[in-house]
Amino acid sequence: MMDILIKNLPILVVLCPLMTSLLVVLIPNTFFSWGLTTLSTFLTFLFSILLYKEIQIHAYISYAIGKWIPPVGIEYIIDKVAIIPVIIISGISFIATIYAYKMIPEEIEKKSISKVYSLWLLAIAGLIGLVTTGDAFNLFVFLEISSLASVALVAMGAQKDKQALVAAYNYLIIGAVGATLYVIGVGLLYGITGTLNMTDLTNRITDLNNNKALIAGFGFMIIGIMVKAAVFPLHIWLPRAYAYAPSAVSVLLAATATKASLYILARILFSIFENSENLINNTLLFVILPLSIIAMFAGTIMAIYEKDIKRLLAHSSVAQIGYIALAFSIGTKASIAAGFIHMFNHAIIKAGLFIAITSIGFYIKKRVTINNLSGLGRALPVTFFCFVLCSLSLAGLPLTAGFISKLYLIKASISSDGIWIAILILISSALSVVYLWKMIEVLWMRAPKKIVIKENPKIYLSLIIITFLNIYFGLDASLVVNGSFEAAEKLIGNLK
Amino acid sequence: MISSTIGIWNYWIVFCLMMIGLFLVIGRKNFLKKIVGLTIFQTSVFLLYITFGKIKGGTPPILNTSIDTIYSNPLPHVLILTAIVVGVATTALGLSLVLRINSEYGSIEEDDISAQDLVDYHDEIETGKSIDLKFKQ
Repeated sequence: MMDILIKNLPILVVLCPLMTSLLVVLIPNTFFSWGLTTLSTFLTFLFSILLYKEIQIHAYISYAIGKWIPPVGIEYIIDKVAIIPVIIISGISFIATIYAYKMIPEEIEKKSISKVYSLWLLAIAGLIGLVTTGDAFNLFVFLEISSLASVALVAMGAQKDKQALVAAYNYLIIGAVGATLYVIGVGLLYGITGTLNMTDLTNRITDLNNNKALIAGFGFMIIGIMVKAAVFPLHIWLPRAYAYAPSAVSVLLAATATKASLYILARILFSIFENSENLINNTLLFVILPLSIIAMFAGTIMAIYEKDIKRLLAHSSVAQIGYIALAFSIGTKASIAAGFIHMFNHAIIKAGLFIAITSIGFYIKKRVTINNLSGLGRALPVTFFCFVLCSLSLAGLPLTAGFISKLYLIKASISSDGIWIAILILISSALSVVYLWKMIEVLWMRAPKKIVIKENPKIYLSLIIITFLNIYFGLDASLVVNGSFEAAEKLIGNLK
Repeated sequence: MISSTIGIWNYWIVFCLMMIGLFLVIGRKNFLKKIVGLTIFQTSVFLLYITFGKIKGGTPPILNTSIDTIYSNPLPHVLILTAIVVGVATTALGLSLVLRINSEYGSIEEDDISAQDLVDYHDEIETGKSIDLKFKQ
């Protein structure tokens, strides 16, 4: 029994949310659908932990769907790299589901709740499938499953604010163009190599250097994925989609959606195209490095001037995605590891901040703008305390998770003779303190409001878990750091 | 030169459709026309894949008795079958969003909608007068 379970783990992490998403719609009962969703996300998390244990033993698991041997059939690959986003997505989605217990019935009318949970699970299944699949075309299918489900989820915010519809529409159009560009890239690669299996692609690309179709295909794939990952000039859809989505959906998407695409970006750059070194080095140096540096500053500056807090956090996400892409673009083992460390840490930081802000929005029953926040710190002690800890973590203060990622990022950039990159990272982090302090100042320093608000443990439970994780991984980061270094070694292997 | 240019006329059609579609998505302000553009854009990619699958003198890939039959490559067709389904889902979701936008805003022109949004945003944030959201209770 256990043996069969272990053997089928790579497919179970995808199938578990996918199948329950179909079950959830059948019984339209609020508590039942939440319970089933929680059970499903918990099982998915459990499976990914078991997978992590398996990976420590085997290092590489290949799962042939329907027993079709890999180059012909579709293959799912779990290795030391893929396990990181799988754990991030399944873990965060479990915590976000706990948070959704109170928030989704608040914001969405009763008859569509079970459908929302169905879409919720579908989005999670899409994201996990995205990172586990080893087939370039299958990846596109999962890309579209996750993005169509998240578009529909964002649009559910329309019951609270009609701007969610326009946000969802823009997300859909830009996302669909991105995914189609990716398909063009895959098509061109298939045209010259005759395979869609990623491992096979890696081997066959070897003797095709300087083939124009290869370069064009690579370009299309990268641009398509960069749209989904919201790397700087292609981030336009992100702030609105995160700002107008229902609260729980913002938490889920902000923490997981872009991470999966960033992982795919890393896999295309360092795994599929590992044999065309010139192409990759030029792309890293002339495309991704400058864009991510601009992202760091553009996102932070937009956040400083933003007054709607959910949008502010979304702009800050753009900047943080910039850090991760920057880490990948330096292209050494240490920097790629730093990218994965920040990917993990940013997921828990942003989830925490979004939970804090959206629950404040729930308590005051208004859109959270900088004016509405004034003096609420004393009325909401637990939420405020966790919010400050997560903010400190985002700014990168010692003893928090954010510090660890900044430390490794700066160490990696210095060791690769990029002292100016390290300086830019420090300046951008210092700027991020400006917008974080702006919020904390308004919350705490202004005259306290006379209103009495009773904080609800059902809402702050998930916030406390996330904040605890932020502190824990700041004190003892060995798990994340070791995992990330192993991933980086697996990814660029014997290259550098 | 000319023969090789005409010989790949499939690709020219793909190229033209792709650019027409992309132009409609980027250049048009009407939400419905953007979806039309997106569909044309996706269709051009379907054609691209189908073209890859064609082999000169190849028959449809259905097994027949003679040994020296050349078959066209069926895999791109299968992939495109999947992509068509994804495309239909995208179009359906997009159209239903356009319907909802029309009923909420009374328009599907981007300029009208962003003007309305801007008024809301200004009211809410610049003047500090906050609009209560439609939370339950």
